[in-house]
Amino acid sequence: MPDTRYAIAAILVTAAVTWGLRALPFAALTPLRASKTVQYLSARVPAGVMIILLVYCLRDIPLGHTGSLAPLIALAVTVGLHIWRRNVLLSILCGTAVHVVLASTVFAA
Amino acid sequence: MHTSPPVTVGPPRPSPVPPAAPAAPALPSQALAAFKDSIGAGLGFVTVGLAFGALVTQSGLEWWWAGLSAALAFGGSFEFLLIGLVTAVAPLATIGVSAFMVNVRHVFYALSFPLHRIPGRVSKTYSTFALCDEAYALAAGEQARAWTGRRIVCLQLFLHLYWVGSAVAGALLGSLIPERVTGLDFALTALFAVLAVDAVRDLRGDLPTPVLALLSALAARLLFPGEMLLAAFALFTAGLLARHFAAGRKAGSATTGGTGASAAHASTAHAADAYGTRPSGTSPGGMGPDGTDLGRQPGLAGGDRSGGSPSRA
Repeated sequence: MPDTRYAIAAILVTAAVTWGLRALPFAALTPLRASKTVQYLSARVPAGVMIILLVYCLRDIPLGHTGSLAPLIALAVTVGLHIWRRNVLLSILCGTAVHVVLASTVFAA
Repeated sequence: MHTSPPVTVGPPRPSPVPPAAPAAPALPSQALAAFKDSIGAGLGFVTVGLAFGALVTQSGLEWWWAGLSAALAFGGSFEFLLIGLVTAVAPLATIGVSAFMVNVRHVFYALSFPLHRIPGRVSKTYSTFALCDEAYALAAGEQARAWTGRRIVCLQLFLHLYWVGSAVAGALLGSLIPERVTGLDFALTALFAVLAVDAVRDLRGDLPTPVLALLSALAARLLFPGEMLLAAFALFTAGLLARHFAAGRKAGSATTGGTGASAAHASTAHAADAYGTRPSGTSPGGMGPDGTDLGRQPGLAGGDRSGGSPSRA
């Protein structure tokens, strides 16, 4: 059980680093907005960031093992449903429900 | 930040800027619109937040720690990692470096998050504080072009409240979830999957970009498993830049490719664009209103600075 002051300090360090990363680039990058290169990047970075974060979430699934089936099936449900219905709420809810059911029953460790 | 006085553009613009939206719409209607915008991502937040809170108390930390972390750090993916770091009593320097690694992606958000539309210093400050992945994805996306700054700030506030509320609720109620029910954390994965589908759709058939992102992520996973996020973003950005400059060269511009073109362009447009306006014709529709409040008010004090643009060149 970590010390309370340490646990709070850990949050404060995280908050300072995170806020700095969120706020400071606006000052640094604003003059660069006219750059063709920056415009090229800013049009494409959002999609790439989401794909990378998605792979990051799935980084530890054991490929070739039945344990990987629950997240992969749930991912297929989420993406398929979202392409079909374009409803954020529905896609997340159904995908998560499928995952919880599969991971808790059929593919329970 | 966009707090400097606006400057005028040296050469006259071909057509006057259309008058800005009448008056700022009333706050309640903006808040209501933001609430509707927030519901989709909010479901992901609540599910993941409950899972986060439950994990906090399961790990032996106090319930309020979940709320404090959610309120101050407000960065979902790293907060999950922080639980493990704190229970292992990792040095604060390690926590700082890890937070930097996981959250350094936010640096890219400044490229396209419409902070210049957010009114007022306090709102701007809060907006940077609460600039989580989902706020960025929603506010930088196609559908947000017409959103007012207030609507965006309200959306961020709603997301923040969902996250704090569900983290506290999860921490307090976590013990009630039976141990054999697992897999709620998939909500975060589903959220990013949905945002990725929408973002790829916004690319309108630019297939190499998602392929490049996927390959960067997989290569980073294999080659740099300890620093996957940082490596993936670096590979992806390097790949995009290489593609951009290769395309610029192919297009037959001067020796420096894309930079040559942008440098030539910048000599006329730079003064105004530094304050958030964009050269007309190069950005997708709807970007005009972004800069109008800041960069296109003629005749203000900064005019002499923009007049100096040719002499600077």
